[in-house]
Amino acid sequence: MRTLLEDLTAALGAGAVKGDPLELALYARDASVMEGSAGCVCFPTDAAQVQAVVGVARAHGRSVVPRGSGTGLAGGAVPIGKPGAEPVVVVTTRMNRILSVDAAARTAWVEPGVLNLDLSRAVAHLGLHFAPDPSSQQACSVGGNVANNSGGPHCLAYGVTTAHVLAVEVVLSDGSVARLGGTDPDPTGYDLRGAFVGSEGTMGLATAVLVRLTPLPPAVRTLLADFPSAESAAETVSAVIAAGVVPAALEMMDQRITVAVEDFVHAGFPTDAAAVLLAEIDGLPGGVDAAVATVVELARRHGARQVRVAADEAERALLWKGRKSAFGAVARIAPDYYLHDAVVPRTRLSEVLQRVYEIADANHVGVMNVFHAGDGNLHPLFLFDRRVPGALERVHEAAGEVLRICLDAGGVLSGEHGIGLEKRDYMPLLFSEDDLAAQDALRRAFDPERLFNPDKVLPSGSRCGDIRSLPEGVWV
Amino acid sequence: MGLSRPLADFAAEVGAEGPVAVVGGRTQWDVGGPVAPDARLVSAPAGVVDHQPADMTVRVGAGTTVAELTEALAAAGQFVPLDPAQPGRATVGGVLSVGHSGLRRLRYGPVRDTLLEARYVSAAGRLVKAGGPVVKNVSGFDLCRLLVGALGTLGLLAEVVLRVQPVPAARRWLRGRADPDVVLARLYRPSSVLWDGDSVWVLVEGHPADVAELAGRLAGFAEVDGPPPLPAGGRLSVAPTDLNRFGNERQAGTFLAEVGVGTVHLHDKVTPPSPEPSVLDLNHRVRAAFDPDHRFNPGRRVA
Repeated sequence: MRTLLEDLTAALGAGAVKGDPLELALYARDASVMEGSAGCVCFPTDAAQVQAVVGVARAHGRSVVPRGSGTGLAGGAVPIGKPGAEPVVVVTTRMNRILSVDAAARTAWVEPGVLNLDLSRAVAHLGLHFAPDPSSQQACSVGGNVANNSGGPHCLAYGVTTAHVLAVEVVLSDGSVARLGGTDPDPTGYDLRGAFVGSEGTMGLATAVLVRLTPLPPAVRTLLADFPSAESAAETVSAVIAAGVVPAALEMMDQRITVAVEDFVHAGFPTDAAAVLLAEIDGLPGGVDAAVATVVELARRHGARQVRVAADEAERALLWKGRKSAFGAVARIAPDYYLHDAVVPRTRLSEVLQRVYEIADANHVGVMNVFHAGDGNLHPLFLFDRRVPGALERVHEAAGEVLRICLDAGGVLSGEHGIGLEKRDYMPLLFSEDDLAAQDALRRAFDPERLFNPDKVLPSGSRCGDIRSLPEGVWV
Repeated sequence: MGLSRPLADFAAEVGAEGPVAVVGGRTQWDVGGPVAPDARLVSAPAGVVDHQPADMTVRVGAGTTVAELTEALAAAGQFVPLDPAQPGRATVGGVLSVGHSGLRRLRYGPVRDTLLEARYVSAAGRLVKAGGPVVKNVSGFDLCRLLVGALGTLGLLAEVVLRVQPVPAARRWLRGRADPDVVLARLYRPSSVLWDGDSVWVLVEGHPADVAELAGRLAGFAEVDGPPPLPAGGRLSVAPTDLNRFGNERQAGTFLAEVGVGTVHLHDKVTPPSPEPSVLDLNHRVRAAFDPDHRFNPGRRVA
């Protein structure tokens, strides 16, 4: 019998399969702090090749782990398997064509490896863009966005990825290809498209995606408000939403991250403010002006010292550069960081944020906060040095405590990074055995043998509920 | 505020055995086919449980009428864009289970995008939670979207959390004659563009100045009270870019098309097309995973 590597090479060609230890090591992890081990890594170029890979993996008793750009933060693309049965990692980077753009319908068929920002750039001349804009949008792929149902700052007004995906062509675990969803608004049957989006590579591998493109807004205004306390910034967020204003984006940064960013990109952020809010309003000019006036007035009423409305596109771009450079700025000042992700009701932001600082202090972990305040999506950023014994453990302890207080406040485990491996064993904190069994039933309907990305999202043996029981071979 | 009866009572009534069908306002009762006569009829709890204006979410019993929900949200200047034809009778659970979006889908998206959390009774008679009560959530698989449009064949909705929207400050319906695609292209995010092969109806909503400005872009259009009556025979789902051709092959007035969306309302009954075999198979597997004995809403078919 031929080896896995030989069979994959026979199916895809020599340049499309990697099996040497150095290459395998590269694909043993993603952008999370977890690591697994890959059996083989392959780079198919179309659905037929993905079908071939599925056939070979099945014949060898290996699971298949789909992977886009590897920017995921929850370990969704980390390959997990017992020694001798490591998964086949299927990388979509060579499926990177924009297949067709229909300007009239405002849709495009794209392959999964197309990068998020490349897609928006490719359709900008039509006055359109792909609305989901994760912070990693220069590097992350549309396929990865589909798998994680990704968000981003502008998803506050435009909705997350699932609202922008009309259809997916997927290779299923039996090797068949199915088109879920369609160009018409209500395809017959269950919304399998909706079930597939956000399934983190556990139900199949998307080989083409029909995305909805969104018109660029006629007017955009961006403003920065600085506050004497994090509480007053958080309360402004609730007041804005309650006033019936839905900004395109409403981002909050605390003083620690503002200082780090200002040192890095000199965006003119006030480094003596306890917190800043970055708000963007878009739409038609009348509504935009009225909403800007409301936000300015509410910010002042909640104690904002200064509210700066970007005067031109250059100033607006600089403010956004400051926001989007946050993680780069942190990389300069700490050897490692762990980016957390949880959601609370917007009305609980202020108190939960206070608890985040207390938890970090109690665990002797540095923390900064830069997050999507408008939809209550917290992103505490824990700084550490993994060479220091016990440092990563303290971060995990703090992260776990933060999750618990978010759930106690009526929140959820993840707003946009997904569950993956990282939060898999926390799922029983949010869902009952019956709830998890229902999710498992959906996965089994798609993939009865757990070929795709097993050990992710749902706790293994789904119903036992023990916390942090990572499978053998996982390094955290 | 509060539910008409506890969720657990509803779950106990549904039980774990025998055919059961859930009744709302019977406004879309025949969608998917007639319910088998031997099915025991049950109704979901009603009532607005909790409305948080600053979170833009509301928790309601699935048996709540849309009119009651609308009234509860109005004080805070909010609403949920469900837009059924008969809000006084249609229930929230019914609108979600049938999954037909309202006439403002162009602006507010499909009805499936409003559902954040669902508590439903499973075929085993258990209360199951899907999704979560916040506006952004990727914790686990998206069962909520699967439940919308499932005609209660996967589980019976008991209580839901919905995303709410601010009520626009101004709104105006206009009617005129023009190429519907040209009208659509000329406007930024209109709430609705309808076409019957002869006239075009447009709904613009938002800030008064913007509404006036958009209305001014439509030369020859006159303000009207609202949309024309909706043909209630059946709905056809076509690609939005095929609508113009579709309409021009038909007699004006025999249909009403949602331009930019692709939903066509007809006087005649419509038999939905069958999905391709691999997708049909997947539909059957999903049904089998959630309701292996087909005890829920027997007779009503999704695919």
